[in-house]
Amino acid sequence: MTVMISLRDVSKQFPTSSGAAVNDLSLDINEAEICVLVGPSGCGKTTTMRMINRLIEPSSGSILVGGTDVMSQDPVVLRRGIGYVIQSVGLLPHRTVEQNIATVPSLIGWDESRIKTRVRELTALLDLDEEFLRRYPGELSGGQRQRVGVARALAADPPVMLMDEPFAAVDPIVRARLQDQFLEIQRRLKKTIVFVTHDIDEAIKLANRIAILNFGAKVEQYAPPEEILRAPASDFVSRFVGAERGLKRLALISVADVEIEAGPVVQKSATQEEARSVMRETERDWVVVLEGDKLLGWIDWRMMEGGRDVADADPREFAAIVTPGSSLRTALDIIVTSRTHIAVVVDNENRYQGIVTLDRLTAELRP
Amino acid sequence: MIADPFIQWTWIFAHGHEMWTYTVQHLVLTIVPVVAGLAISLPIGILAQRHRRLYNPVIWAAGLLYATPSLALFLLLIPLTGLNLALVEIALTAYTLRILIRKIVTGVDAVPAEVVDAATGMGLTRRQILWRVQVPLAMPAIMAGVRVATVSTIGLVTVGAVIGRGGLGQFITDGLQILFTTEILLGAVLSVLLAVLAEAGLLALQRFITPWTRKALAGATG
Repeated sequence: MTVMISLRDVSKQFPTSSGAAVNDLSLDINEAEICVLVGPSGCGKTTTMRMINRLIEPSSGSILVGGTDVMSQDPVVLRRGIGYVIQSVGLLPHRTVEQNIATVPSLIGWDESRIKTRVRELTALLDLDEEFLRRYPGELSGGQRQRVGVARALAADPPVMLMDEPFAAVDPIVRARLQDQFLEIQRRLKKTIVFVTHDIDEAIKLANRIAILNFGAKVEQYAPPEEILRAPASDFVSRFVGAERGLKRLALISVADVEIEAGPVVQKSATQEEARSVMRETERDWVVVLEGDKLLGWIDWRMMEGGRDVADADPREFAAIVTPGSSLRTALDIIVTSRTHIAVVVDNENRYQGIVTLDRLTAELRP
Repeated sequence: MIADPFIQWTWIFAHGHEMWTYTVQHLVLTIVPVVAGLAISLPIGILAQRHRRLYNPVIWAAGLLYATPSLALFLLLIPLTGLNLALVEIALTAYTLRILIRKIVTGVDAVPAEVVDAATGMGLTRRQILWRVQVPLAMPAIMAGVRVATVSTIGLVTVGAVIGRGGLGQFITDGLQILFTTEILLGAVLSVLLAVLAEAGLLALQRFITPWTRKALAGATG
């Protein structure tokens, strides 16, 4: 993994405050990853981010972006090469959406037709209506403005993006949608992103690696989300991650990542005796009915009363179905609401994969 | 003895040419100081906005000019310029400074900090931020200042006619000398009309050059 941004012994002392906002911070950020800086307000996470494009000058230490010390570059040139998105978006209210998106490309002298093509590309990428391009930011909703803000930051295709609480100002439903879209775009574009938030759930959802910062930008733990939830490095981290640590972790693991049980299975052609012996062996009063590898449904003890074979009973459909891509948290939710306390795993072609049980999930939660 | 009618319409109709000449003079006498005032206030205002400690002395000086009665200011300037057009224009320019500087400072102050932050973060230079972001966004406030300055200058130009420099005030000074009501009223009504039209025209101009302020009012939500 190549390091894209490297902070080395960076400190920032503001003249007006007693303690250092950032105290001797060292952090390496990998290329093509989302690094989320998270911590309580005033911990120095925004200061840290703003030093990368020199909106704030470090008091000491060095910051390398792509191997070059930022202090050796003209700040204006440096900033044009780094995408920048802030919470309040900061769209230019007197410029149309199109002009806003085109800001950096026109600053660096792209010709008009190239800018036009690029703006259309980004409009499609962020799922914005082309009709918006002629509007002013004041005519857009909060969510639309955020998307224009991201489009504008991506305009000149910078390898590095800095994002300061970009989704904090919109309501939870819009925020979730923006986050999903953002992840989708990142999967395609593979930018190196420094993302600041105070919301641990947002950090868990978006990050490849999370840096949990204490006051003075002291790194309490720097690890992938799953590791932070599984093994918090300090009390501060545990407290910051908060309650429901286990549940949050389940959300990060997919059904495909864990061993699933075969479950009580019979073919449609099975006799009553075969079905009853499977039930006895697995200590259940129901069986999964398959035809080949396709899931038909389930039948229980009572449905076979009167000596009927499996083929004579009409299998019921499972309500509790997950796919290998579902998260364990989704599986858990389905399990606790299903009658049989299991979830059936099928792939997208309805091919039976097995079952997930509550025992399996609790085993997964143990560290 | 037959009393003169209060307003002699025939006299008014016979003096269409003068009405036109004086209106044009009045406009020129107004536009020159407002434009000159704006040209002086813009750099001073921007400087005072950036360097806060300059603000109070600058406003104090401009306020002093503003508070000086117009005739006194004329008298003060006569040794410098003589009794001519330059005298009137300099005095009128001086009167616009206070309102314009204040409005420029308020206007630039009101530009949202996050807009300037985003612009800086995108790599605009300080000069680009000033001319492409701060000044355009301060335009509604600046134009409000220009409107007030224009209307008050139109009034002051009327007074300026006392020293014989033309404009619609000429009707009033001439009328006063022979106590001719029609001519006095004509001068007063035309200068008020000119002020009203100038105000409306500038408002239309402001809306034209700041289209985003019109549309943002109908902004979407959600």
